[in-house]
Amino acid sequence: MVSYRLPRTATALAPASVPPSGLPGLDPDWSRIVDVAQSDGGTHAWHLLDNAEQLAALGVEPVGTVLCVHGNPTWSYLWRDLVAQATEAAAAGQPAWRIIAVDQLDMGFSERTGAARPLARRVQDLGDLTNTLGLTGPVLTFGHDWGGVVSLGWAVDHPELLAGVMLLNTAIHQNEAEPIPAPLRLALARGVLGTGTVLSTAFLDTTLALGHPGLTGAVKSGYRAPYRTAARRGGIGGFVADIPVDADHDSYPELDRIAEGIRALEVPALMLWGPQDPIFSDGYLDDLIARLPHADVHRFEGAGHLIIEDVDYAGAALTWLAANALVEPAPLVEPAPVVEPDPLVEPDPLVEPVETPADAQYQPLWHYLDELQNSDETALIDMAPGAGAGPRVVSWRLLSRRVREIAAGLHQVGVRRGDRVSLLVPPSADLTAVLYACIRLGAIVVVADAGLGLTGLTRAVRGARPDHVIGAVPGLMAARALGWPGQKISIARLPAASRRALGVSYALADLISLGRDEELPEPPQPTDVAAVLFTSGSTGPAKGVVYTHGQLAAVSRALHAQYGVGRGTGLVAGFAPFALLGPALGARSVTPDMDVTAPKTLTATAVAAAVAAIDATVVFLSPAALANVVATQDELGPADHAALAGVRSFLSAGAPVSEPLLASAAALMPGASAHTPYGMTEGLLMTDITLEGIRAAAQDDVARGPGGVCVGTPTATTRVRISALDETGAAVGELSETAGVTGEIVVSAPHVKNHYDKLWLTDLAATRAVTAGERWHRTGDVGHLDAAGRLWVEGRMPHVITTALGVVTPVGPEIAVSALHDVARSAAVGVGPAGSQQIVIVVETVPPAARVGLAEPELAEDVRMVAGHPVAAVLVVPRLPTDIRHNSKIDRTRLARWAHGILTGARLSQP
Amino acid sequence: MKVLVTGASGFLGRAVAAAVIDAGHEVRCFQRRPSGVPGATDVLGSITDPVAVAEAVTGVDAIVHLAAKVSLTGRPAEFEAVNVGGTRTLLDAARAAEVPRLVFVSSPSVAHAGTSITGSDALPADPAHARGDYARTKASAELLALAADSPELRVVAVRPHLVWGPGDTQLIARIVERARAGRLPLLGHGAALIDTTYIDNAAAAIAAALERVDAVHGNAYVITNGEPRPVAELLAGICAAACVPAPAWRVPASLARAAGSVIEAVWRVAPGDDEPPMTRFLAEQLSTAHWFDQRRTRSDLHWTPAVSLDEGLSRLAEHYRSASASA
Repeated sequence: MVSYRLPRTATALAPASVPPSGLPGLDPDWSRIVDVAQSDGGTHAWHLLDNAEQLAALGVEPVGTVLCVHGNPTWSYLWRDLVAQATEAAAAGQPAWRIIAVDQLDMGFSERTGAARPLARRVQDLGDLTNTLGLTGPVLTFGHDWGGVVSLGWAVDHPELLAGVMLLNTAIHQNEAEPIPAPLRLALARGVLGTGTVLSTAFLDTTLALGHPGLTGAVKSGYRAPYRTAARRGGIGGFVADIPVDADHDSYPELDRIAEGIRALEVPALMLWGPQDPIFSDGYLDDLIARLPHADVHRFEGAGHLIIEDVDYAGAALTWLAANALVEPAPLVEPAPVVEPDPLVEPDPLVEPVETPADAQYQPLWHYLDELQNSDETALIDMAPGAGAGPRVVSWRLLSRRVREIAAGLHQVGVRRGDRVSLLVPPSADLTAVLYACIRLGAIVVVADAGLGLTGLTRAVRGARPDHVIGAVPGLMAARALGWPGQKISIARLPAASRRALGVSYALADLISLGRDEELPEPPQPTDVAAVLFTSGSTGPAKGVVYTHGQLAAVSRALHAQYGVGRGTGLVAGFAPFALLGPALGARSVTPDMDVTAPKTLTATAVAAAVAAIDATVVFLSPAALANVVATQDELGPADHAALAGVRSFLSAGAPVSEPLLASAAALMPGASAHTPYGMTEGLLMTDITLEGIRAAAQDDVARGPGGVCVGTPTATTRVRISALDETGAAVGELSETAGVTGEIVVSAPHVKNHYDKLWLTDLAATRAVTAGERWHRTGDVGHLDAAGRLWVEGRMPHVITTALGVVTPVGPEIAVSALHDVARSAAVGVGPAGSQQIVIVVETVPPAARVGLAEPELAEDVRMVAGHPVAAVLVVPRLPTDIRHNSKIDRTRLARWAHGILTGARLSQP
Repeated sequence: MKVLVTGASGFLGRAVAAAVIDAGHEVRCFQRRPSGVPGATDVLGSITDPVAVAEAVTGVDAIVHLAAKVSLTGRPAEFEAVNVGGTRTLLDAARAAEVPRLVFVSSPSVAHAGTSITGSDALPADPAHARGDYARTKASAELLALAADSPELRVVAVRPHLVWGPGDTQLIARIVERARAGRLPLLGHGAALIDTTYIDNAAAAIAAALERVDAVHGNAYVITNGEPRPVAELLAGICAAACVPAPAWRVPASLARAAGSVIEAVWRVAPGDDEPPMTRFLAEQLSTAHWFDQRRTRSDLHWTPAVSLDEGLSRLAEHYRSASASA
């Protein structure tokens, strides 16, 4: 039995009171004092915030109640934005939500009872209060910190009233294998508890210092208001003392009762999470998701423990309430027909978009690994498997066996279907084998590009919460140094010291031996999640994009249909996402000799060698690699040229490719048709255009429409629609195929992503106002369709310029200006407030200007002549800023801010 | 309508009187010197003279009030007397004579506190923060005029910004004269975006406000071409039109402001016959952005500028060509 002693002053009595006036954001009309006859015999007075009277004054009937419970050491003040926004929404005619935000007894402005209030008591207390209030359903609970636990306790005990549960950073269960968070250990340490929580304001101060960005002095004062003296802080110490650090603690049984009880909840659930929380880290979120697998989850990257102060949690909560509450409780996700319960069930897949009958056949990604398991034909060639080694040739027989062995071995070491496995392995035969092993096993592969940089990669891996990490040494070192979660498995067999240092439990070879004679478990279903792929992060933090097996299989079907890659095709795999699908397509694939983290190191001779090694007819490259292949073409010998002449098609994917570059590459592969597809991590192959198509589009009259880059026509199973922009630049139009209308590009295909990982709000935005029951994705790109059904990309949604004369998209003017003789590149940006913006063109000249400044009059005149819209100013810069990853996409948002500064008289800095 | 135009001997006043006549109205002009506006009747007198003003407003259906002291320097009391006192006198006279409409011609500087204005609409006049005696007294006068707005006397304020064109003796003539003498510096890097108003557009907008005053009274509207340009480009365009060298030397904006204050102060004590080469007000005007949201102005006044900036510059060039040909 663990017990903690608090100072005598912690038991001081005091009646309930109302908060002092003038606390920022707090309306005194919300405050009520309620006397509650407690079930333990006493009567105690509660202070709570309640907008019921304001709703009554508005003459509206609440559709339900949200019961908000604060944690430690805060009080109902933390819910002030929710009370305000809910009341405003009701006044604006939206559904009225009654918000009740309590001050728990001994906390805030509620009574100081002088008695210890362990968890079970507090759950009882809250029930006593709601009984006294005569609360009727529907009620949704909303808790933060330890208020999350108390609110869930109430939820478990009041199924007849409960309509949903909502949570901010909290925890319901302490994994016995892990110590409780360090800040709490410190607070509980002998000699610290009483001093840190009651006698001083240290615990309070520490909590209030957790804002991102920091809280204002006035708001901090608001949080401190009820805790000015030691006698008023007894509840803070009491809460800390009540943390069930282990199973011996008095409150442990109650915590366990609640933690297990919520597993039975079928009501809608929402979790809004700030990952930068030193107390409730992502591990606790994982635990909650496992208990409430149907929950909608949004992780606000950059927000922390005080998520209520860091982001608009209230707006998010009200949005969710509108979308989820009071509809019939969604039936729990149909469990896949498997024997074991699925630890990570994903939301219901929506109705699959229309497919042509030819594509409708689902073939698992490991189909050819089974079909060709006895074939000695070549499956893979790794041109440069390691230092100085010659090409490594892998037959289908070997690949198939390895995949089965690794999959079975992974299963042996505890990797289960639905577990997340982060792959930190450079493209190679090993990566291919490990990837397909995970896929076959049903483990979810987490793939983040090293191009994100270490910070971005860390953020991505932490957010994805892998249960296991499989890596080469550099990846494992990063994982160790940055504390990435998960069991670690190395590709190479490492010396014991390195294994210990890196925390590696197994090597790939161990898995192979462990799995050699083992049976594989049942394969995953098409609706099971297969992968989380991270976006480039060129527009904010990288987002995890979730694909099911069915959707990934559809990606390979789309590649097959578009480029004819199939059984026996020789494929040069120089572009990672597509390249990895080679075995799924039944293709012979070859990884050229290149530094995969630096695609622009790929040479023309390396491509020719790869083509020759496998008689390749299809070549996949990234634009940066393509540029270098063209640049190094002089090194090609006659045999190389002969090999390249056998290529039938090549494609450059990942970013738009200019016609001249594509033409130069096509000249190296005279027998090939040159393709450049349009897509994104969320939909890898949406449209496609050939070099001839680009030339035809440029000749066509439609090019003189709203402008943009022509990216061709939708692939066989893809539908492309436009959601027209209004004069504020918002995409409000119904999905439409009308030619010549500029709007957000919205796509649907069997191979479009399932959803974003733990980004409920982002999901909602990406699927806003689309055809009900169908899976569509708002791309965030803006463009139009032409009369021939071709898609033209005009820029990104946030880069749309809203002038008094209408919206202007940047790419059209940029193409026109960049075509000027002395202009290398250009960017069109808007300055000024939305709706009355002015257009500014920023140019990089040939030769580059030495410094930033206004364009010379002749250049300014030329630019104005061709831009097609009124241009307020033309600025010249030595170099336009581009995003790190693609080194091609111009960061127009940053450029617009910079131009605004210059054009209001700021110093002539570099953009 | 019978319309009184005050201050019609000035560059803008003359154009406004002509535009109102073109719109089919009968125009009476009131100022100290003959207006020279063809087709108008002149009544001579000072805006600060209540008797003369009372006589001028008698029997008119509307007033367009432009009479003001607009120079960059001068004694504060003089600005006060003409701009505030004159407006008060005119408003009193208008009420006494039951004139139903008044268009008060103001300036965006009445709401300019010295920082950049980028795409905002007309903000309330603010004498406490307006820069310099002209802007401050015009701000007070605009507040007086709009306070007088009522169903009986319907008042609208219009604020044309940096009006220029052929025959302008204020802005254009000064720029050209100084540039010719090699005394026109560029303040800062010259990239500050500034919107201006070509004279014909300003006159047409004021005439439009006169037609719309019954519907839009009580409001203030900024009037511009809606074509902001970097100040260096504007100056270069004006200089090119006048065939004088464009500004070739730069003065840091902060230095110009400081120098402007000193010169302004000295000038006040020992005025020469020219205006000071730089005032703090002018330095601020030429080194910070000023451009406006014109959507409300255009839709409320049923007006759009007919002459673009480039067309205005070529008309200015034509003006200088014919002036030098006839010289």
